[in-house]
Amino acid sequence: MLETVASFALPVGERVNIKRNRLAPKEQAEGQKRIAVVTGIHGDELEGQYVCYELIRRINRNYTELNGIVDVYPAMNPLGVDAVNRHIPMYELDMNRMFPGGEGGTPWEHVAGQVIDDICGADLCIDIHSSDIFLREIPQVRINPEYASKLLPLAKQLNADFIWVGNSSAVRPSSLSHTLNSRGTPCLVVEMGAGMRITKEYGEQLLDGIFAVMAKLGIWTGRVKGVSNPMVSTDGEVTVIHCEKSGVFIPDIQHWTGIFEGDHIGDIINAYTGEIEEEIFSPVSGTVFTMREYPVVSPGSLIARILGGGR
Amino acid sequence: MIKEEIYKYDSVYRGDFTVSAYRFNKGDKACCIVGSMRGNEIQQMYICSKLIKALGELERQCRISYGHEITVVPCINPFSMNIEKRFWSTDGRDINRSFPGNASGEPVQRVAAELLSKISGFQYGIHFTSFYMPGDFIPHVRMLETGRENTSLANLFGLPYVVVRKPRPFEETTLNYNWQLNNTSAFSIYTNETEHIDEESAGIAVASVLRFLSRMGIIKYQCHGGYIATTLDEEGLMPVYCTKGGIYRGLKRPGDEAEHGEVIAHILHPYENTVIEEVKAPCSGIVFFAHNAPLASENSVVYKLIRRLKN
Repeated sequence: MLETVASFALPVGERVNIKRNRLAPKEQAEGQKRIAVVTGIHGDELEGQYVCYELIRRINRNYTELNGIVDVYPAMNPLGVDAVNRHIPMYELDMNRMFPGGEGGTPWEHVAGQVIDDICGADLCIDIHSSDIFLREIPQVRINPEYASKLLPLAKQLNADFIWVGNSSAVRPSSLSHTLNSRGTPCLVVEMGAGMRITKEYGEQLLDGIFAVMAKLGIWTGRVKGVSNPMVSTDGEVTVIHCEKSGVFIPDIQHWTGIFEGDHIGDIINAYTGEIEEEIFSPVSGTVFTMREYPVVSPGSLIARILGGGR
Repeated sequence: MIKEEIYKYDSVYRGDFTVSAYRFNKGDKACCIVGSMRGNEIQQMYICSKLIKALGELERQCRISYGHEITVVPCINPFSMNIEKRFWSTDGRDINRSFPGNASGEPVQRVAAELLSKISGFQYGIHFTSFYMPGDFIPHVRMLETGRENTSLANLFGLPYVVVRKPRPFEETTLNYNWQLNNTSAFSIYTNETEHIDEESAGIAVASVLRFLSRMGIIKYQCHGGYIATTLDEEGLMPVYCTKGGIYRGLKRPGDEAEHGEVIAHILHPYENTVIEEVKAPCSGIVFFAHNAPLASENSVVYKLIRRLKN
């Protein structure tokens, strides 16, 4: 059932509506578990749109297998999704930096507070992101180290390729996930694909994981596929590679591939002079789980993240 | 006066990105003044330009005290300013949410780290900044409550108000907060206007800084004594919301008095020019903040009032 969990009027004949589709068994029983699937906090991250569609479609096709509540929130920042804007239009604020929200600020801070109230109490929340337009990520779960012991067993059920326990921006204080975890509602952040794109196979992979974790929680009684055994960042060291020159990045390796120390990752080229400004080599051996997607770079732009760290 | 480049990189498509600093006198690092960090903070850069002119004159007249250095950094983000974009020109990140930065990290983190290293060690730090909601303030000094803030010193600017605010998690990445952690007494100054130049409040801001420097014995300068400031806790300000969206017509300016129940703004229907809401003052007091955009959404804070104490 489609419901509006937060809403306010814009100046000219329009309302912002944060909507939730609640899928619940026809017969509700006490103690039924609840999972929340959230996406669209950043308007340029679209991978979650396919996941929401397909999740609802598959549940509707086998509704009798549903034994708990599934709340789907496809667009926390609907204006951003529609206007191709990562941030909240008008204010240019990052919605994932305004939780837990509250009074005395913009209408969006009020909305953030209402959203938190709506999700709190769920047995699990999955917040789906897709990096940004600059980077491509393999399907991965990100966890703040503060909550690792509680979240790791759940994260391993999500059929991700990789679990990164670290202080990435999506799990820091003032994010949705940190706020929910700090209030006792477990929240896993998924990062996969790239901004402004939908990678259907990543969506399918995550959907298998969502059904697996729903089965584990007792929300889904239907058949589920086996999940992969993900790499965990604590298995090795994450090495981050930045470029030092401005120009255009031309990669020489594939994303989600194993490389050795000294391998050529790519070049920063200069389209004006026909020269290579910088050659980038891997300082370690390992697996590339993040890869530059948007070619134009300036000094400091992130080129790749490698898990392994073995020299 | 010495002009120097404190951060620079070469962009293939735009030439040099350069952050310039103006140093006055030699000796102990007495005071550093930082202007626009965002591309739309025109007023903040303008105030710094007036200060650079005034300090240059004082230096020529040998009226900067022996052994005291003053540094002014008028603009941190010229690339965004030149394309009229508030945040970082490529990825939309906010430099003033990136401190302490990382010298080997992403572009914005590098700028933040380099800036902080160059402006650390000063006894006093002054930052002209802007608010994230559209509106005008009574000129004031704002301090984050870090346990190291000194409101008595803030009084010496002679502005009418000093506001103390408990930092939210995202504010721990501001320049003000990190300056304080580095043992600099840090003050943020808010004036009217951001994207436009307001001569009157620019003059007030320049006078307040020169007054402060004079009172700290850093310059020899005769000036009007200014105000004996009232210290406010931001949480004590009364927010006034509109409950409709539409065209906004404010009836009060910062500094104006408002009586309990008085109509202080109208919301007009955007097509029919009829008043759809009379916004009334929920208490008697003085307008501290006033929304200044032509449109307002439902639940926007259109005023913040300093409550008048009952006799």
